Amino acid sequence: MFEFTEEQIQRYSRQIILPEVGGKGQKKIAGAKVFLIGAGGLGSPAALYLAAAGVGRIGIIDADHVDLSNLQRQVLHSTATLNRSKVESARETLSRINPDIRIDTYNEKLTSENIMGLINDYDIILDGSDNFPTRFLVNDACYFQKKTLISGSIFRFEGQLTTLKGHLDQPCYRCLYPEPPPPGLVPSCQEAGVLGVLAGTIGVLQAAEALKEIIGIGSSLAGRLLLYDALQMRFREVKVRKDKNCPLCSEHPTITKLLEYQEYCSI
Amino acid sequence: MAIRVRIPTPLRKLTGEKGEIEAKGANISDLIEDIEKRHPGIKERIYDETGEIRRFINIYVNEEDIRFIDGNKTAVRDGDEVSIIPAIAGG
Repeated sequence: MFEFTEEQIQRYSRQIILPEVGGKGQKKIAGAKVFLIGAGGLGSPAALYLAAAGVGRIGIIDADHVDLSNLQRQVLHSTATLNRSKVESARETLSRINPDIRIDTYNEKLTSENIMGLINDYDIILDGSDNFPTRFLVNDACYFQKKTLISGSIFRFEGQLTTLKGHLDQPCYRCLYPEPPPPGLVPSCQEAGVLGVLAGTIGVLQAAEALKEIIGIGSSLAGRLLLYDALQMRFREVKVRKDKNCPLCSEHPTITKLLEYQEYCSI
Repeated sequence: MAIRVRIPTPLRKLTGEKGEIEAKGANISDLIEDIEKRHPGIKERIYDETGEIRRFINIYVNEEDIRFIDGNKTAVRDGDEVSIIPAIAGG
C-alpha cells in the first residue's frame, strides 16, 4: 500500500478529516478505477469531481469532437479546445485539476467488440451516454463482467439516476426497462433540448454515488431510481425490483452474450 | 378526492404541458382510460399495438412498479400517487 505525500495529505485534507473517509477511505479512492462512458453533459461534471477527489485511475471513452453547442453543459471542454477530440480536451482539463491521477482516454466508439476489453480493468462504470443502444450495451457488458454500473440520464428538465448491480442480486438496467423504445417514438436528437445545469446535477450525483461505492459508506442507490425535476425543483424516488423474468440477470436468461445493438438517434 | 397522476416531460404536450393531473379509476387501466377522455392520444403513447404497456415505460403506484403488483389491473385508491416514467437516454 502506498503512503501519501505531504502535498497529497494537504490536497485531500477536507475529505480525509471526515471520519467516514479518513486516510483509509482516501487510499481506497486513490486505488479506485472508474470508467466513464462519454465525456459529455454527464461525464464532464462527474469526471471533474472524481479527478479532484483523487480517484487513482479514470478511463474515458468518447468518439466525438468538441462542438460549440456542447459548451453550454459539457464543462470539461472550453472555447480553447473547440474541434479537438473530447477525450483529449478532458485529459487536459483533468490533469490540470489533479496531476496525481492516471487518465486513460479512448477516442473511439463503444461497441460490442471493444467494450469487454475496455471495462475489464475498471471497478465502477459511469454511464453518461446519449442513446439507448449504448445504455443496453453497457448494462449487458457490466453484468457479464460483474461491474457496478452507475447510470444517469437526462431529458429537457428531468433526470434519472440509479445504481445497477445485476451480478449481486440487485436489479440491472433491463430489470428497470426491459427494452429500448422503438426508433421514431421518442423525440429526435435535434428536437430534444436540455437545461445545461441539469447535466451538472445528475453527473455530480453519479460521482457522489461512485465515491460512496468506492469508500463503502452510506446507502447505495441500488434498488432505487432517483428522479429529479428541475422545473418543480423536486427529487423523488421509486423502487427498482430485480425482475425474476429479466432476460439478462434472472436465473433463466435469454441473453447470454452481447448482442448487436441497433444504432439510431434518440434521447 | 381523485388520484394524482404525474406526467413525464415527453407526454406533457398531450396534457397542455401539465406535469400533474387528476384522474379517476379503480385500477391503472381505468385510470388511463379516464385520462384518455380528456387528453386524447396518451393511451397510444403508453400502450403498444397489442394493448400491453410499452416495455420502456414504467407506471408506479406511489413507489411501487405495477409490473411487480398486478400490472394494468393494479388497484388504486383515492390519495394514491401514480407516476408514468419512461426511460430517458440523454447524457
